[in-house]
Amino acid sequence: MAGQTLYDKLWDAHKVRENEDGSTLLYIDRQLVHEVTSPQAFEGLRLADRKPWRVDTNLATPDHNVPTTDRQQGISDPVSRLQVETLDENCASFGITEFKMDDVRQGIVHVIGPEQGATLPGMTVVCGDSHTSTHGAFGALAFGIGTSEVEHVLATQCLVQQKSRSMLVSVDGQCAPGISAKDIVLAVISEIGTAGGTGYAIEFAGEAIRNLSMEGRMTVCNMTIEAGARAGMVAVDDKTLDYVSGRPFAPQADHWEQAVSAWHELHSDADAEFDRVVRIDAASIQPQVTWGTSPEMTVAVGDRVPDPAAESDPVKREGMGAALAYMGLEPRMAVTDIRPDKVFIGSCTNSRIEDLRAAAAVAQGRMVAGTIKLAMVVPGSGLVKQQAEAEGLDRIFVDAGFEWREPGCSMCLAMNADRLEPGERCASTSNRNFEGRQGQGGRTHLVSPAMAAAAAVAGHFVDVRDLD
Amino acid sequence: MEKFATLNGIVAPLDRANVDTDAIIPKQFLKSIKRTGFGPNLFDEWRYLDHGEPGRDNSGRPLNPDFVLNQPRYQDAQILLARDNFGCGSSREHAPWALLDYGFRVVIAPGFADIFFNNCFKNGILPIVLDASIVDQFFKEVTKTEGYRLIVDLAAQEIKSPAGQVIPFEVEEFRKHRLLNGLDDIGLTLQHADDIRAYEQRRKLDAPWLFDAP
Ligand code: SF4
Repeated sequence: MAGQTLYDKLWDAHKVRENEDGSTLLYIDRQLVHEVTSPQAFEGLRLADRKPWRVDTNLATPDHNVPTTDRQQGISDPVSRLQVETLDENCASFGITEFKMDDVRQGIVHVIGPEQGATLPGMTVVCGDSHTSTHGAFGALAFGIGTSEVEHVLATQCLVQQKSRSMLVSVDGQCAPGISAKDIVLAVISEIGTAGGTGYAIEFAGEAIRNLSMEGRMTVCNMTIEAGARAGMVAVDDKTLDYVSGRPFAPQADHWEQAVSAWHELHSDADAEFDRVVRIDAASIQPQVTWGTSPEMTVAVGDRVPDPAAESDPVKREGMGAALAYMGLEPRMAVTDIRPDKVFIGSCTNSRIEDLRAAAAVAQGRMVAGTIKLAMVVPGSGLVKQQAEAEGLDRIFVDAGFEWREPGCSMCLAMNADRLEPGERCASTSNRNFEGRQGQGGRTHLVSPAMAAAAAVAGHFVDVRDLD
Repeated sequence: MEKFATLNGIVAPLDRANVDTDAIIPKQFLKSIKRTGFGPNLFDEWRYLDHGEPGRDNSGRPLNPDFVLNQPRYQDAQILLARDNFGCGSSREHAPWALLDYGFRVVIAPGFADIFFNNCFKNGILPIVLDASIVDQFFKEVTKTEGYRLIVDLAAQEIKSPAGQVIPFEVEEFRKHRLLNGLDDIGLTLQHADDIRAYEQRRKLDAPWLFDAP
């Protein structure tokens, strides 16, 4: 019999029972809760007079709607304010730990889970948000769910699930210097397509993935959902353990020793079989810039915007044409001729300390170009912000002409006041370049933090390695 | 979820085909943080002469006298009689929430949109598909007879008309079981509460750190 994949191991360890229809009742170790997808779940509990099954497994924070400027003023939009207040009330009345808006530990759910050690290797982690795949970087099974499932987990600590197929994405060899996790994952998405991972759980492996820091692995797993897969994961190694060790929610003393020996098993067996294997040569990966309205529409910064006329598939050709029209780009123009109006460094993809360091390294001693209307840096959590300030990164950004903001989702989805105006173009470190994602009519180019900072100082996209 | 046994209810006729979820509950109400309280805005655009907004008091709004639910004879209706393809549109559960909150427990139509049909069962509403000719007959009878009621017996899978006519209907066995016992998805999972606790006992031995208090 073939060995087990990491996914098999995680799945089997959480099986409560197999249902008659072939689905599995799966145990959930951790649920992260935010203000947008939880209110009706809490109301459902109340209506049915139910209590959370294990209240201590839930951790909540507001992130989507919080302002990134002066928090003393509160939230001006009444709908946003009501969602955040409702989260506060629900957490208080059900006894759920919440990092409120004024707590230094507040931040984007997918940043604070790992930061607190609330995301641990071997766990099942869920949240009412599709980028929950982020937590798979720790050798965990993590995926996004809908509001009725949020309620289901609160009430039963379980979910009814069908097992996915397994895919191995191996990024072999080493990346060139200056290539980031964001470039790797955009290259992977362009290889397998935005629907290529549908129905699969993806394990990322290979030398280039092992060489990534935990922050980098989180960036890769975060965008698994943009390849259509609900879950992405990376095997546990010493980097994982080093990252987790000593964090507030991490196991202590004897339990730590016991956990570490169990976590050493969290990798696919050498003879495990996957339903699909994709291999990518790390050395071929270039800094990426998306040109269209789907994350798979990406090219190397040194390339040109593709020409729909050269595409033989009529459906694709039409999609490309529509994307170029929306983005206001000409076929075959050089990517380095594209000039953003705004720059956004943030989101659950790229707002961790390492991301900010990478951007600051580029910004240091340079100035944001005069043609850039706004360049903003939004740390992923209050603690990331604190650390960045301790390292002096905030000064570097401010001196270079960036705005240094309070933590939250911000312009990733423009639910708060941070947004693009119609027609505005943005170099963004977020994860979705869909039409209107960053504001109605806004045009998003997805890039790495270093590439976003480079675009800010150059006034156009540029290979960060070419900056003098 | 409330159990569904037998319902003896007033019937309200909504004589339109392809009633979509936006008509059932307009978009602006989807921003709500609630799953209850949508009843006053059910069919908002047809029911009122002005534009409805979430959080607004509906009691003083001008009613559309031509809309069927505004007629006194259909007050307290619990059974909605509709035409084909009822509930097409969005997958959001706000449409069944609004119907339920208004007081409907049964919708009878010649056909339903798929997702809406599923969402009804999840929320304790029984959607019944009947032959178009029978639906038509009910439409005629209900408009002729004030106080017209039908008796819906889920266990027997029968509808009884005032004239004593008995009409059988289909319902999937598992869904019927769920409605009769008032089991939603959570209720179903909680039937396996012992399995969940047994899993937790095993897991506490293998991975005790997962049960540490933070
Ligand atoms: S940062 Fe963006 S993608 Fe991440 S949770 Fe917030 S809105 Fe979603």
